[in-house]
Amino acid sequence: MVFGTSAGPVHALANITLDVARGEFIALIGPSGCGKSTLLRLIADVLQPTRGTIEIRGGPPSRARLAREFGFVFQHPGLLLWRDALANVSLPLAIGAWGRRHASPHRPEALLELVGLKGFEHAFPRQLSGGMQQRVSIARALVTGPPILLMDEPFGALDEITRDHLNQELLRIWEATGTTIVFVTHSIPEAVYLANRVFVFTPRPGRVQEEVAIELPSPRAPSMKDTPEFLRHTATLRRALAKSS
Amino acid sequence: MTARSPDAVLVRRIVLPLVVIAGLVILWDVAIRAFAIPPYVIPTPASVGHALVKERARLVENAIPTILESLGGFALGNLVAIAAAIAFVHNKMLERALYPVAVAVRTLPVVAIAPIFVLMLGNGYSPKIAIAALITFFPTLVNMVEGLESADPQALELMHVLSASRTEVFRYVRWPSSLPYLFSAMRIASTSSVLGALVAEWIGTNTGLGYLIVLTTYDFRTALLYAAMVVTSAIALAFFFMVSTLEWLLVRWER
Repeated sequence: MVFGTSAGPVHALANITLDVARGEFIALIGPSGCGKSTLLRLIADVLQPTRGTIEIRGGPPSRARLAREFGFVFQHPGLLLWRDALANVSLPLAIGAWGRRHASPHRPEALLELVGLKGFEHAFPRQLSGGMQQRVSIARALVTGPPILLMDEPFGALDEITRDHLNQELLRIWEATGTTIVFVTHSIPEAVYLANRVFVFTPRPGRVQEEVAIELPSPRAPSMKDTPEFLRHTATLRRALAKSS
Repeated sequence: MTARSPDAVLVRRIVLPLVVIAGLVILWDVAIRAFAIPPYVIPTPASVGHALVKERARLVENAIPTILESLGGFALGNLVAIAAAIAFVHNKMLERALYPVAVAVRTLPVVAIAPIFVLMLGNGYSPKIAIAALITFFPTLVNMVEGLESADPQALELMHVLSASRTEVFRYVRWPSSLPYLFSAMRIASTSSVLGALVAEWIGTNTGLGYLIVLTTYDFRTALLYAAMVVTSAIALAFFFMVSTLEWLLVRWER
């Protein structure tokens, strides 16, 4: 992936090969600017690759986008300030009259409950904390029942306590919905705690330096973070990141 | 910060400005007496009050055209500005071509354009509406372009992921994002449109508060002159209040 910028072409990504199986939880980790967010946007058909192909459930990303086969959770919630929590969650149903043309697998109210925001249906984004806003945006990404969830450092802007809490919630949602998740992060413990497999990226141009399978029992519990097993995985990732830079 | 009771808010927002205004009126009255200023130079507050009551029929009669011209100009100027801003945001070429022209037009003095419009459009309401519209147009255009561009990039990216059409992006993201900007422009326009209509009435007409102001100045009828200014000011304030109320009703999320 090459970007044309005023300072000349920037090679954001090069020679990436990556397969994700159905129902997997994949984490992409690497230094800032290594192109992991770019990769996510290529998958989401927000950007077009300069070279190479991406296939999602047997088709190109544009088909997957039109068929709403993935939901996207951004680093910042990007909620519409003039819509309350419920109306923000329902937004994807309104666009292209999706809700009228397709049977919705989830009721927006039920999704707000799933992300732990029951009772906040009519709260406006300004009235919600950063963590709550991000929960709304997760519910919004899930409302059309996509088989894939793309998450771009969704908890990067939150404090550690909220982040730990939302990590736990996300795993619960992942188990409840069976969604495939591709999760970009720059937190080693977060990657180890959440993912089945972690891909370590090199700095620009981003390449996959190493693939690390996380062999921790499922479902995860916060107490695991102090086990030797967990620490062994974080050490492996830390070494891989050190090697990559 | 300590919580304020509704009474305290009332005192700060309403009573305080009223006290200041009353103080200024008293100061005005005292100054006239102290310096023995003749009434044809500056009238006393009491004589202005008297003129407001005695000449009310005449003031109302002249206020109506000014109100209609201001409202017409306000509506026309804002509509054209909003349409232009929407066109600019969707077509960068158009913006690059026409934005400098809009800025250039803005730098022309309204007092100089007024006679030109009277020559072109005659003596009726049209030249006054055109001037009021012109004065309203620019702040709304600038704010509206900024407002439409102010949409959260993350929300725009989301709309792309959702395969939203341009119309949907506009309807769900850009237009609501622009409303706070539009209203701050309209608050400026609400008072300046009255100013525009007033200046346009200085020439080639025999109705309107602008005409009345010029006439009474030449006749040294200063009490009526001041009364006309009070009415003009009240009209502008009423417009400002209406726009602010509309904003309060429509832009709830900014509160």
